[in-house]
Amino acid sequence: MSGLLDKRLIFVTGKGGVGKSTVATALGLLSARSGLRTIVVELSAQDRIQRTLADQDGEAGERPDPLVENELSPGLFTISIDPQQAMEEYLRIKIGPIGQAIGSSKLFHAFAMATPGMRELLSIGKVWELAQLHRRTRGAAPYDLVVVDTPASGHGVGILRTPRTFAEIARVGPIAHQGRAIARTIADSDFTAVLAVATPEEMPVNETLMLRDALASDGLSLHNVIVNAVYPSRFEADELLHLREAVEDADSPLARAAIRAAVSECARADNQRRQLTRLAAGLGRPLIELPFVFADHLGRGELERLADRLGAGFAGEEREAKPTRPPAAHAAEELP
Amino acid sequence: MSIAGLLEGKRICVCGGSGGVGKTTTSAVIALGMAAQGAKVAVVTIDPARRLANALGLEELGNEPRLVEPGRLRSGGLDVRGELWAMMLDPKRTFDELIEHLAPDRGSAEEILANRVYRELSTAVAGSQEFTAVSKLYELDRDYDFDLLVLDTPPSRNALDFLDAPGRLTSFLEGRMLKTFVRPTGLGMRILGRGSGLLSAGLQRITGVDLLTDLSTFFRLLGGMTEDFRVRAAEVEKMLKADTTAFLLVTSAQREPIDEAIWFRRTLEESGLPFAGVIVNRVHHDILGDSPRGDVIAALEAGLDDELAARVAENFHDYHVLARRDEQNIARLAPGGDDRPQMLVPHFDDDVHDVEGLLRVHRYLFASEAERARMIAKVVA
Repeated sequence: MSGLLDKRLIFVTGKGGVGKSTVATALGLLSARSGLRTIVVELSAQDRIQRTLADQDGEAGERPDPLVENELSPGLFTISIDPQQAMEEYLRIKIGPIGQAIGSSKLFHAFAMATPGMRELLSIGKVWELAQLHRRTRGAAPYDLVVVDTPASGHGVGILRTPRTFAEIARVGPIAHQGRAIARTIADSDFTAVLAVATPEEMPVNETLMLRDALASDGLSLHNVIVNAVYPSRFEADELLHLREAVEDADSPLARAAIRAAVSECARADNQRRQLTRLAAGLGRPLIELPFVFADHLGRGELERLADRLGAGFAGEEREAKPTRPPAAHAAEELP
Repeated sequence: MSIAGLLEGKRICVCGGSGGVGKTTTSAVIALGMAAQGAKVAVVTIDPARRLANALGLEELGNEPRLVEPGRLRSGGLDVRGELWAMMLDPKRTFDELIEHLAPDRGSAEEILANRVYRELSTAVAGSQEFTAVSKLYELDRDYDFDLLVLDTPPSRNALDFLDAPGRLTSFLEGRMLKTFVRPTGLGMRILGRGSGLLSAGLQRITGVDLLTDLSTFFRLLGGMTEDFRVRAAEVEKMLKADTTAFLLVTSAQREPIDEAIWFRRTLEESGLPFAGVIVNRVHHDILGDSPRGDVIAALEAGLDDELAARVAENFHDYHVLARRDEQNIARLAPGGDDRPQMLVPHFDDDVHDVEGLLRVHRYLFASEAERARMIAKVVA
């Protein structure tokens, strides 16, 4: 198994609200830092990532054009994919003047946008295009790594499955051909990796376990599982007992409130630990933990620190996974 | 204002919001609370946590509401004077039933159900959950005698999908325009003239012939049903826009869900859908305000050693940062002069997934404002 940053395409998946965009962005920062030309892709046309990063750079928070590759800092790009525009681009490139005529036809738009799954296919088609060495988009330079902030997980598996579904329905013709090419790319574990993001709570843990099973039935596996927003363990068990007694004795409201907050924190951290244990046991693999960030929102600085933690987490897992090096003599025998 | 006051005279309550904010739990609590007050209520959930499903007696997908055993709730200490019914939506089955209902005869229904395009459309496809949820709501409203229906909406990232999907899918199913595509020799094609020749050639090149054949069969089969679909879509829209319907936004106090709630609310109002109020879950309350860390440590030193006092103070400070964040975000929900109700539910120490948890949230949502303030004061100070 090669390292995560050796891939060319990474899908970041997970239940809504667990911090997929945060992880995708931190991963983008990490990748760009190591010198890779990186693009972080948003599929829901929300421009959330771009706003987060741009805010910190003091730029205006205007909505960028969809399908435009914006360079936010050296080597780090973002793009927000709008299915409608992806379709027009596809048609223009694929079938030239006829495509142009079709693309501007109202009837055709109605057809394509109403066809279930077509939006997903067009979006993932554009993702695939971004990850190609020879880009279809004229004059576009290739990326070393494409990081996709995938819509919430039920959906997320859906979008990974869409190309194959279409290939099966269409069987022949360009859609089938394209669908198969994309499906092959997704299935190629040297090229593509799928990451799951969860928070240490009941539902996100359940959904991560289900996601693993759903991916397995499509022949895919999770390259890493990242648990986001993990509380620090600030207090030991005996300290908790002490704090519980101290609440009763405290004579100022301030002290009582502060100690109550500490007792709550213990309970929350404890619940989280239980969920972490359940997730690790269910998956039978180690997890990469990201700390809860006590801040009013995540800016560039916090994201850079999360990128550090991610980098350390990946490096740790890769060290663990690497088999011990065989003796030199033995290695030489393997050579042809 | 309590939830009960807000839902006075309402027949339908739709809980919307982004993923991971507690929509399912909130829907269950609302249904439970209204049932406790004497109403006959059904809650339609999409994807409940297993423990919550068990708590409501939803071990299997039934696709029809079932009465929740009053004993389950009484054990938690709540006396339910009305009836609580619950169901878990089965999108595929709802879709199939709709086809069976609308098809002119058994044979064409079966042919549609076996069609490849239909099968993909009714299962794998994003939007089918949204479509079937609203469709089910409509049937429950028409065929049952519930006083109130509570709908938990699918966990779509983009709340608009939910509002859009019925129209989007219906227009696809109607397929009037599409039929002209898939039958290149048809009258429609000849009328459309030269342009359509190009279109159909292009379409064929893109989709592949097989897809066209399946699509054409699909639309031929649906041909007789398009009017029914149209009528139904119009009725669903009427139901959602009625003044007996209430859309409640559910959110947590973090920045992104709040952004989404603000945007969702605007969309509701622009679409003429009756927005009724916001429920904010997992709020960090901080009624002691911004005491300097030194004061906190000084207050703690009476009962704790210095080192532990410092850590408790640090934790308190971190909590305070979140409380201030929540307060600022919640303020953005209600720009000046806005009088729509906001109901805040505190951040509990553990997840809410059982009857006991539901009852805990219930105490907040069904309390009057004064009672809520008292409860929060008790927790915080």
